[in-house]
Amino acid sequence: MSTTVATVVPTRSTARRRRVRLPGGVALALLLVFVFLSVAGPWIWGHAAGDTNVVDANQAASAEHWLGTDDLGRDLFARTLYATRSSLVLAVLATVVGGVVGVALGLLSGASHRLGKVLGAVINLLMAFPALLLSIFFAVLFGIGSVGSVLAVGASFAPGFARITQTLTASAVSRDYVEAARVLGKGPVTVVLRHVLPNIAEPVILYTTIHIGTAILALSGLSFLGLGVQPPAYDWGRLLSDGLTRVYITPTAAVGPAVAIVLAGLTFNMAGEHLADLVGGRRTAPRTAVAAPAQRPSTGDDVDPSSAAVTSHTDAVGEALLEVRHLRVVYPGPDGGVVTPVRDVSFSVAPGETVGIVGESGSGKSMATSAVAQLVEAPGAVHAEVLRFDDVDLTRRTAEDERVLGRSMAMIFQDPGEALNPAVKVGTHLVEPAVVHLHQDKALARRRALDALRAVAVNDPERRFDQHQHELSGGTKQRVCIAIGLMGEPRLLIADEPTTALDVTVQRQILRLVAEVRAETGASVLFISHDIAVVSEISDRILVMYAGFVVEEATTDELLARPAHPYTGLLLAASPDMGADRTQPLPMLDGRMPGPGVDLPGCYFAERCPRAEQDCRDARPPLLQIGAPGHRAACWHPLADGSSTTPPGAAGLVDERAAS
Amino acid sequence: MTPALSVQDLIVRYGPVTAVRSVSFDLRPGSVLGLVGESGSGKSTTARAVVGLAPFSGTIRVGDADASSPRSRAARDARRRVQMIFQDSRSSLDPRFTVGQCVAEGLPAGERRDAGRRIRELLDLVSLDEGLVRSRPGQLSGGQRQRVAIARALAARPDVLVADEVTASLDVSVQAVVLNLLRRLQADLGLSMLFISHNLAVVRYMCDDVAVMFNGRIVEQGGVDDILGRAQHPYTRSLLAAVPEVGQHRLLSDSAIEASAASSPAPGPGCDYRLRCPVGPAVEPGREVCASTDPALGAEGRVHLAVCHFARERRDEPAAAVGAGGSAV
Repeated sequence: MSTTVATVVPTRSTARRRRVRLPGGVALALLLVFVFLSVAGPWIWGHAAGDTNVVDANQAASAEHWLGTDDLGRDLFARTLYATRSSLVLAVLATVVGGVVGVALGLLSGASHRLGKVLGAVINLLMAFPALLLSIFFAVLFGIGSVGSVLAVGASFAPGFARITQTLTASAVSRDYVEAARVLGKGPVTVVLRHVLPNIAEPVILYTTIHIGTAILALSGLSFLGLGVQPPAYDWGRLLSDGLTRVYITPTAAVGPAVAIVLAGLTFNMAGEHLADLVGGRRTAPRTAVAAPAQRPSTGDDVDPSSAAVTSHTDAVGEALLEVRHLRVVYPGPDGGVVTPVRDVSFSVAPGETVGIVGESGSGKSMATSAVAQLVEAPGAVHAEVLRFDDVDLTRRTAEDERVLGRSMAMIFQDPGEALNPAVKVGTHLVEPAVVHLHQDKALARRRALDALRAVAVNDPERRFDQHQHELSGGTKQRVCIAIGLMGEPRLLIADEPTTALDVTVQRQILRLVAEVRAETGASVLFISHDIAVVSEISDRILVMYAGFVVEEATTDELLARPAHPYTGLLLAASPDMGADRTQPLPMLDGRMPGPGVDLPGCYFAERCPRAEQDCRDARPPLLQIGAPGHRAACWHPLADGSSTTPPGAAGLVDERAAS
Repeated sequence: MTPALSVQDLIVRYGPVTAVRSVSFDLRPGSVLGLVGESGSGKSTTARAVVGLAPFSGTIRVGDADASSPRSRAARDARRRVQMIFQDSRSSLDPRFTVGQCVAEGLPAGERRDAGRRIRELLDLVSLDEGLVRSRPGQLSGGQRQRVAIARALAARPDVLVADEVTASLDVSVQAVVLNLLRRLQADLGLSMLFISHNLAVVRYMCDDVAVMFNGRIVEQGGVDDILGRAQHPYTRSLLAAVPEVGQHRLLSDSAIEASAASSPAPGPGCDYRLRCPVGPAVEPGREVCASTDPALGAEGRVHLAVCHFARERRDEPAAAVGAGGSAV
């Protein structure tokens, strides 16, 4: 194959900011040391820590006493190690107290609307005070000593736990599965125990781990202030307090416990963060991991040589505005493999033409248009034999080309709310590109923006100009997005499911608007939708995509009258229309679309196709002309020519069990 | 015949917003009632009130039992006979549960002892393989998940199923599977169904009766062929005119379009729809009655109910040709 496959270097490389952090092994090792010390410490060093020896009192560091001795001659190193148990046990207890109280309060306030308001206010009030201040306050309240200080630190932690639990619970109880349980008659306690608690457990456990570190610091602080552990018992805070009184004579007396406190605090914090990474990493593992990763070189071996010779019908009509030949989008997959959401896509768009792309989720239709719009982000890579817009070769474009592209390609998306910055006024969205990129005068840009809003039939454009997106309805937002596109000199309007989130009456308005814009500006339109009915209303020509391939292409009337690919036939028959026969079940499709990580030698639709035979599984059918000029289909056994839409059931009435 | 579900004067308020304003309908036993309307029309809120997920005032009866009071035991038992299937099966199944656990959750207390057999029965009923019983929702396809949700609802042995946009987030090939399944279950088990959808073609395929909602009220109600074939309310007609149809090119050519794209309903006391109405005062001069008088007054009790002062008027055919129902003019 002598095709030269150019690679578009991804323009927007994702900036990777990483926090400097010790490897997880260090935190784990330290954690094990601390656990060992608190279990075995008192046995090993108990004797040394308790032995008084007045002769050796108040010694500085020496080979015999690494940290020196205290005023009764006890070895400070041994005492520091000995105190690990009490310090850690108290810290864990305090965290558990805070956790239990806080989680209970949080569950109550998150699950119950009425209690939530009152408890929420109390939690907010307590959150306003620094934790240490709160724990000092509570320590005085609960009494001085170990018990008092544990309760105090616990109480000062409770608001934080309550807050995180409340937030998580409030979002968990609004989930559909909680509502489903309520509809099934489950009581509130059952719902909380079965559905809410398990689903919020992970973040709460992480929060707990991190807080053990904080508890060590807080308890040490209280002991240091004399509010915590009382003599003869001691913890690190107590040791630090005692050591500090002699810091100018024997500084090591204070250094030991201080280092222990800092190290323990850091260890639990690090352990918590690594735990969070582990858990978070597991949760965001890609779903595609179940699919077998495709092992293949990143050259276009999927590209069918025979289809390279096929000329698009627009070539005969005249120069195409957009030409895409053997487009392929590759992402690195799990386990070092690759996934290919777009396997082989070729099409062209003539000036002023509306081309529809229809396909189900996973067909690669959005990714293919993103590649055209240069929106594929790293680590994705775009390969194409030809990717040309007007006279710009998109595979090797210059900075000047990008400016032209920004003006002459406009894109509207499914969710206009996502496309508009909530903090930026509608007017700014319209004016800014003109002022910044086209160096237009501000007043002129404003006039043009108002004209653009009028052109898309936004009522009261002057008022809308100063509004934010949340003040607009869904239809108006989509109109604004189209107006933004009109601010340049659009020659291609890419509409990716622009009406999917809208009501039918609004959908109709937007479709009409797109058609009007096309008529007035002469721009071409690339219209993507999962709904073949919507696509057929607006398009001159339709491409049907399946598993990253274009499987059929024809003018709209030709495609609807004589679908050649069995998949197209099924798409047309599976969705009931206003004339559907209600006595018949709907035709269904067996199985699932192969994922982007699957590599098959033959037709990707074969496994679900009622017409498939062995040759379909062995060799991939090229996209070849079938019937009328410009009608192409990739199928070895196309539907008989002249058969109108597939009669119900002809595409294979399969067992519901097998259908997904 | 006692209706399977009877809703009278249902009102749902969320703070200052009244999402459902005096909705009444009866669901005939063994029939499917479609609830259609744009987003914000109150159709989902009505469904949520019916299953007890939204506080309401008014009367809801399930068969002979009153399900109106939020706390009484009898009302709770009555509500258990109404089960709901949600739009998004990804979020309506607890990701930590296995398929078996999800379905078991629906079983009544008396059937827990024999849960294994019952779960297998239910999975078979929704055409799911028994081997999936230990799978988790994340491992299933969208259609399989929706079938698990249906099995869970059926486990409670309901008389009424409430299906809230159950196929809105599914691909068409999967939608066909779920719709066929619901139709089969409804016929085999004699279920009554409240079927909520914005897709009129799907509603036409699934339903016996249709109620059209606008701004928290039912504006037109009747048999499916009356409503979708001989619509009298201008709102229903503009909904119908906006249905995309394969190969029809209707949306771009048909001129009967709403008077404005106003997103909020008109303020009282007149008709809520008058700002957008293609036959209302925004288009036709001299129709002050739309702004001054609530069309709901005097509209009750018709077989084919259309809450509109000019309900019979159609531009494309003479008023006399319109079938059932009267008009308040």
